[in-house]
Amino acid sequence: MTIDPTELPATGSRRGGTVMRLRGLIRKEFLQIIRDPSSIAIAFLLPVVLLLLFGYGVSLDAEHVPIALVVENANADSSGLTGAFQQSRYFNPMKFSTMAAAEGALRSHQVDAIVWLRENFSTRFRQPGGAPIQVLVNGGDANNARMISGYIQETTAGWLEQWARTNGIDVADLVTVQPRVWFNAELRSRNFLVPGLIAVIMTLTGALLTALVMAREWERGTMEALMVTPVAVREILVGKLFPYFVLGTGGMALSVGMAVWVFDVPLRGSLWVLFTAGSLFLFAALGMGLLISIVAKNQFVAGQVAIIVTFLPAFILSGFLFDIGSMPEPIQVLTHLIAARYFVEILQSVFLAGDVWPLLIPNAVALILMAVVFLGLSRLKFQKRLE
Amino acid sequence: MWITRLRALVIKEFLALLKDKKSRLVIIVPPMVQLLVFGYAATFDLTHIPYALYNEDAGMPARDLAARFSGSPNFHEVTRITHEAEIRPLIDRKQVLVVIHASPTFSRDLRLKQSADLQVIVDGRESNTAMLALNYARTIVQEFNAQWAKAHGLAGAPARISVRSWFNPNLESRWFIVPGIVGLLTMVVTILVTALSVAREREQGTFDQLLVTPLRPVEILAGKAIPGFIIGALEATVIIFMARFWFQVPLIGDLPSLYAGLFLFLLSAIGVGLMISSLAITQQQGLLGAFLFLVPAIILSGFATPIANMPPLIQDITLLNPLRYFMVVLRGVFLEDLPFPLLLAQLWPMAIIGVCALGFAGWLFRHRMY
Repeated sequence: MTIDPTELPATGSRRGGTVMRLRGLIRKEFLQIIRDPSSIAIAFLLPVVLLLLFGYGVSLDAEHVPIALVVENANADSSGLTGAFQQSRYFNPMKFSTMAAAEGALRSHQVDAIVWLRENFSTRFRQPGGAPIQVLVNGGDANNARMISGYIQETTAGWLEQWARTNGIDVADLVTVQPRVWFNAELRSRNFLVPGLIAVIMTLTGALLTALVMAREWERGTMEALMVTPVAVREILVGKLFPYFVLGTGGMALSVGMAVWVFDVPLRGSLWVLFTAGSLFLFAALGMGLLISIVAKNQFVAGQVAIIVTFLPAFILSGFLFDIGSMPEPIQVLTHLIAARYFVEILQSVFLAGDVWPLLIPNAVALILMAVVFLGLSRLKFQKRLE
Repeated sequence: MWITRLRALVIKEFLALLKDKKSRLVIIVPPMVQLLVFGYAATFDLTHIPYALYNEDAGMPARDLAARFSGSPNFHEVTRITHEAEIRPLIDRKQVLVVIHASPTFSRDLRLKQSADLQVIVDGRESNTAMLALNYARTIVQEFNAQWAKAHGLAGAPARISVRSWFNPNLESRWFIVPGIVGLLTMVVTILVTALSVAREREQGTFDQLLVTPLRPVEILAGKAIPGFIIGALEATVIIFMARFWFQVPLIGDLPSLYAGLFLFLLSAIGVGLMISSLAITQQQGLLGAFLFLVPAIILSGFATPIANMPPLIQDITLLNPLRYFMVVLRGVFLEDLPFPLLLAQLWPMAIIGVCALGFAGWLFRHRMY
């Protein structure tokens, strides 16, 4: 049984009817939201909790790394180096007298690295070829290991320079790298993680808000009740979309506010660009949720699909943490299917660099495309028909 | 007697999960696909960092250094520029991540003063990538310096560092990430199976029916937990197998330790899933609860960013997170043959979390009525 309202005789009152019917649907949806406040929680509680946890919890900047110092023959030269480690904010050095004890500590994860000055350190110190400083790192976490050995190298180089200066020795430093980090001079990882997190969180909110709404009506049988009314398919869709769009925008505003005022992330671009992009993204995210809901037709499956397709893909494939350019080619192609990918680029630029139009426009176009595809598919898959 | 009752309930739960074709598909296919995709996608090793060369110096040393960058597998030269004004648009539009700039006096400074600056401009919008790219650039310059010092008979530094890394000698981040993904996916599957199961029965009213049967709450709890256990254990086994043989991550430790960890992790994850599920009255609430647990549990597990970098308060919160312990077990067993005391320190917290969560879920069965 199909009722296509477009086949009904067109009357003068149909336009006005649309507004009336839509208002009714939207009112009903809002009432439902208020009665089961979990939607409101999804829109407002979820972003706050997640941003607080992530904003404070996710950091790639290591400090006070526990390391073992093994000095087999302590003297003035070696104590200069150990002093440099003790003063560094990167390290929390512990002294060990034997290498075996230090290795035990490395194995049991008490320390992340060992700096080993052998017995012959000072005898070879002033000889050509130089004295060896052996460093052992726990390479399990490769990224962290690389960072720690970088810090160790930096600390040692600083000490050597000072040693040369106080001893009046002219040490050739040859080429030095002069880093200039644009947009984020202190390389604060929070500055780029928080904008990225907003995209991940909004993916969750958007899909979660709508993932169950259609399936719920099917499951409870109220969809049949809706079908015998004169509302058109697109009116049902708009009626479902609008209330959650309002909620989602509220959540987005809250997240941006927290980023700026709680986490001190600079906002260099303009607010209206941010919110236009945010709305486009919300349409794509809500559209995805709606599509899941329409295809699954049962809340259990819709919920499971929502868990699978939202969080982990947005977390790993959006480029917010892992560099997309370093992924293998086929995976890079796949990342284009993730709406969060475009939103992450927009957010990182608008927050840290400003309104970079050549970068914003292609990403915005991609978001519009995704929204159109998701909403269009929802419209196609959603038939006013009983099975 | 109780065995027959329990068996009937477990069969019912399996049917509820697997009878629907869509649901069957959702539980089985995505974890495998996601392991493949994420295993390749999640890496901190940079390749082909796009850079632009801005070389104002015609001397040999500058060209020599530039050749080292273009020859490196980590860097990929996108363009060469000749004016300062070209830098801004290249970086703004993300066409390059790095600009390497040698000033006109670079070669002369190096020859006469034995000291020259190489300016490296990095896009800090992605600061992790920026930091890694800078480190790669430093390594290249260090190699250049060592070669130059040797060729010109200069005295080297009085001390030099040699770094060796244990457990992962080539510092491949995939070795670290793939075992982590095993934990992530196992967690997602268990939550998928458990988090909505009680909520669905409550919403549909069948849970009340279950409560008036002769089944005791403990039996209902076991009946709800066992399918999650079986599905979780089977999928984890397949994923571990793929990590070892497809991604070639070494599996140095012993399997009993790994499975002891897996067993207790499943216990705790199922406990939390059922707890969420029995707290929820509607499936929407169950789904919200699942996310409110799943997302922080993954972010605060040490999967991508070390727990040691978190502030003390958040570090304390992670103690409640079963995934945190399982991550240590997974990585320990895969890469380094985890010492027994360290293994034990991961196992007992998971056991406590599991028992508490399951107990609370069972209590909620009877006491959360609405």
